[in-house]
Amino acid sequence: MIAIIDYGIGNLKSVHNAVRYIAPKTPSKVSSDPDFINKADKVIFPGQGAMPDCIKELDKRGIRDVVIESAKKKPFLGICLGLQLLFEKSEEGDVDGFGIFEGRIKKFQPNKQVRIKIPHMGWNKVHQSKNHPMWNNINPGSSFYFVHSFYASDVKKEYVTGTTNHGEEFTCAIAKENIFAAQFHPEKSAELGLQLLDNFISWKI
Amino acid sequence: MTVAKRIIPCLDVNDGRVVKGINFVELKDAGDPVEIARSYNEQGADELTFLDITASSDNRGLLFDIIEKVANQIFIPLTVGGGVRNCDDIRNLLNVGADKVGINTSAILNPNFVSESSSRFGSQAIVVAIDAKKIDDHYEVFTHGGRNATGINAIEWAKKMADFGAGELLITSMDRDGTKKGFDNNLMKSISDVVDIPIIASGGAGSLRHLVDGIKEGEADAVLAASIFHYGEYSIKEAKKYMYEHGIEMRL
Repeated sequence: MIAIIDYGIGNLKSVHNAVRYIAPKTPSKVSSDPDFINKADKVIFPGQGAMPDCIKELDKRGIRDVVIESAKKKPFLGICLGLQLLFEKSEEGDVDGFGIFEGRIKKFQPNKQVRIKIPHMGWNKVHQSKNHPMWNNINPGSSFYFVHSFYASDVKKEYVTGTTNHGEEFTCAIAKENIFAAQFHPEKSAELGLQLLDNFISWKI
Repeated sequence: MTVAKRIIPCLDVNDGRVVKGINFVELKDAGDPVEIARSYNEQGADELTFLDITASSDNRGLLFDIIEKVANQIFIPLTVGGGVRNCDDIRNLLNVGADKVGINTSAILNPNFVSESSSRFGSQAIVVAIDAKKIDDHYEVFTHGGRNATGINAIEWAKKMADFGAGELLITSMDRDGTKKGFDNNLMKSISDVVDIPIIASGGAGSLRHLVDGIKEGEADAVLAASIFHYGEYSIKEAKKYMYEHGIEMRL
């Protein structure tokens, strides 16, 4: 049973669509019910939009603690803002995240000379910093779809699992024990994104 | 090295069918939106745009069921535009599977709609579509599928929309739309020069060379095309390979 955390933000339908497409027999549900999230074997934590709003919406539904608990013990996939929320602090609205990973979320700076645009929107190559079951059947340097203006900075090297270049090299995937989180959107990254989600479904910790 | 340039096939939808017009009128049937979307997803399109082209001018609702069917078939980003009037419309479109919504006429009627929707849904979800036509020595914004002149300068409008929180701009040259004479790269570059957000060039792509020119001369971040793909003149793959061979970073 896979729980896709619903806190009223972002396009959860596309994550759910993708999961159902690759694993039609694995039960999955978009949910904000703490009991269901608690009982689920695996948790997908998507996110889009602004971090302060996300925290507010999580708290409004009373599910911040159950999400943090899940991140401590079961296979947990953070996507986009679902990666950023795992860190200690964000420049966006100057809010605190879950503090599961050391580091902070910073904003990209536009640069006219080298034509760095914000948001970082589109397909970009992901360098695999280390081996991980989530990279199974995905070649190093494969492209994934990104859309974000903030990124994780000062991440401990041991947790950096993937990097991408947007004016500078930044951490786009992190992993620690039962957690894998990506700044890019696997649900929007065509075949290789589906492969990554498939890897999550078969990931055993 | 940075983010790849994108090819975005565009489905102009009218009465549930994909159509293609010339200078925004004289529509010609190109097929079923769900089948066409699935085929572009398989061919390696980087994104897909779905425009309900007469939604604003006919003042009718959105084609939610078709959009949902399209969204269920594809695993690349989907932008939906046409007839988006308020935050409920956006919420509903995101709920049926759109990733971004295109706002055009409603932004002109109320520019604050762009800032409100951008802060509510995130700027990544808000694409402001600008239909521009050259009038004497400047570009003017048109609305309602190119039917109404606004008197607004397109370059200034683009900058204002970026400042109001648009995540991306879809710029269509009405003079070039459907003509296959190439994008209006002067228009594209004039806008790219004044905003920090990505811009999508649209209107006029008739050859693969035009796609390259849109990126190199127009300095667009993505190129949108309809007829060159709909009628099988070129595949997405061919277009990507051609652009890559001309020195453009692409996802192959």
